[in-house]
Amino acid sequence: MSWLRKLVPSQMRGDSAARKASVPEGLWAKCGDCGAMLYTAEIERSLGVCPKCNSHQRLPARRRLSLFLDADSGVPIAPNLEAKDPLRFRDTKKYRERLVQAQKKSGEREAILMMHGTLKKLPVVVGALDFDFMGGSMGSVVGEAFVRGVDVAIENQTPLIMFSASGGARMQEGLFSLLQMGKTSAALARLADHSLPFISVLTNPTMGGVAASYAMLGDINVAEPNALVGFAGPRVIEQTVQQKLPEGFQRSEFQLQHGAIDMIVARCDLRDRLYTLLATLTHAPVSDETTTA
Amino acid sequence: MAQINLETLDFEQPISELQQKIDELRNVADDSEVNLSEEIKRLEDKREHLTEQIFAKLTPWQVAQLARHPLRPNLSDYIDGFLTDFVELHGDRHFADDQAIIAGTARLKGRPVMIIGHQKGRDTKEKIARNFGMPRPEGYRKALRIAKLAERFGLPILTFIDTPGAYPGIGAEQRNQSEAIARNLYEFARLRVPIISTIIGEGGSGGALAIGVGDALCMLQYSIYSVISPEGCASILWKSADYVQQAAGAMKVSAAELDELGLVDEVIAEPAGGAHRDTSSHVLHVGERLEAHLESLCALQPDELLATRDARWRAFGAYKTDE
Repeated sequence: MSWLRKLVPSQMRGDSAARKASVPEGLWAKCGDCGAMLYTAEIERSLGVCPKCNSHQRLPARRRLSLFLDADSGVPIAPNLEAKDPLRFRDTKKYRERLVQAQKKSGEREAILMMHGTLKKLPVVVGALDFDFMGGSMGSVVGEAFVRGVDVAIENQTPLIMFSASGGARMQEGLFSLLQMGKTSAALARLADHSLPFISVLTNPTMGGVAASYAMLGDINVAEPNALVGFAGPRVIEQTVQQKLPEGFQRSEFQLQHGAIDMIVARCDLRDRLYTLLATLTHAPVSDETTTA
Repeated sequence: MAQINLETLDFEQPISELQQKIDELRNVADDSEVNLSEEIKRLEDKREHLTEQIFAKLTPWQVAQLARHPLRPNLSDYIDGFLTDFVELHGDRHFADDQAIIAGTARLKGRPVMIIGHQKGRDTKEKIARNFGMPRPEGYRKALRIAKLAERFGLPILTFIDTPGAYPGIGAEQRNQSEAIARNLYEFARLRVPIISTIIGEGGSGGALAIGVGDALCMLQYSIYSVISPEGCASILWKSADYVQQAAGAMKVSAAELDELGLVDEVIAEPAGGAHRDTSSHVLHVGERLEAHLESLCALQPDELLATRDARWRAFGAYKTDE
């Protein structure tokens, strides 16, 4: 049959590789929540929010920071930190292999990106976790980079903002990861000694050891719409209490209702809203930015 | 035939059988004229030798089982064993008194101290009342209230950790379990009195760390401390709780392994066969070790103490940098 195959044009053969190549790469994307087929450029324009159902999709850390900071103002903090494998951990796969995979998938060295830069000309330190890097899990590098961000904020007397998206502490670094919870929280206590504000932005999802440390310690806690935020995962809770969880459990609206967060802010309003808040908290002079915001 | 005993772990079984024989011989010796002391002595030597053999090569999972041993000394045993004048304090002043955490004032060899720790409960009734040692947010808030009380009155704080983890329930989430834990990490980092944490059994994740930020970490020889339970880790990474032994091994949960990684200040030795084989002398020994730690920490001025604590927590982590 091979001679016949050769005669048939590739599109008709149904070769998956050939078929994929025939559709322009990445032109369309499907909304993970409502299933709408969307033009990628359209999602780009809407900052990764589905124009049909308003679902706030995950943003890579780098894109998050570039959207938040003034154009070209971001300077990386401690970009050279890289994970070690202190336990020489291996489950069905080696931790080292998982790290290499995560680096390929995310294009980042680690699950965190910290920068200093400006938000409407106000100097800030801002960081973001990258969910594509091992679920945004917190290991030694995340903890260390966060603390260095706090150091820079203290040194320059600027506010700190952190965007979280994480499944929790990174199991592959064992107790080292657990201790990062104490390390990051202790750093925030130092920041508070200098009367500098910390705004924690909880994005979908922020769970486990990340929620139970720095992420819930914002002087102001902000969540994006419908983000899952909590200590234990819904599955674990369901297994423990042997009952179905109510609709919307642990989502942003639930957290607002129960007093865990100050506000829910849509992605397109984050810059304006956080600027207004920070400018007031830090006694910045009233500017055009404030009045127009 | 050996009877099935729920209070004996499988690898303890041979030791327990020998012990049974020794007990039987003792009974016979009491009732008769026959002198069995030589035979008893021989069996006792054998038991000691066997215990040594078995305990010399425990796997991490076996250590985890010992850490959760139903007969293992719990916080009440330590309080009764080496503290005096204990007065228990209750409640978080907001919502409830969470009995998964015991707290109160006491004296250690005359020195006033504050005690905060988990209690899993011994019998079924107590276990339920104490929620198997899994605190809800109000437990952590009680701990914080009492830690602040200690700060105000200049009492050093001894925390005792023994929990499977913070309770994953609906009400716990409604009352913000994450914040309760996080707040303790933040506040304990700043308390101007010495804080010594001791893992007496199971140090389960954030629920353990919530009373574990301080100046020194002691672990009993057969205690564990981990970022997630071996069961939880196995079911996430191996997709099956059957791999619990592998998970315990991979995460290096035992006191000895964590000590090797430089994360523990002191591993406190336990009697042959574990703390539950000789509770009374064991708890006294723990008291002595804690007294020694208190002695050196109480010599520091509060500013010095906080600077040292800051540096200690700042340094936790293992990473590469090419700066």
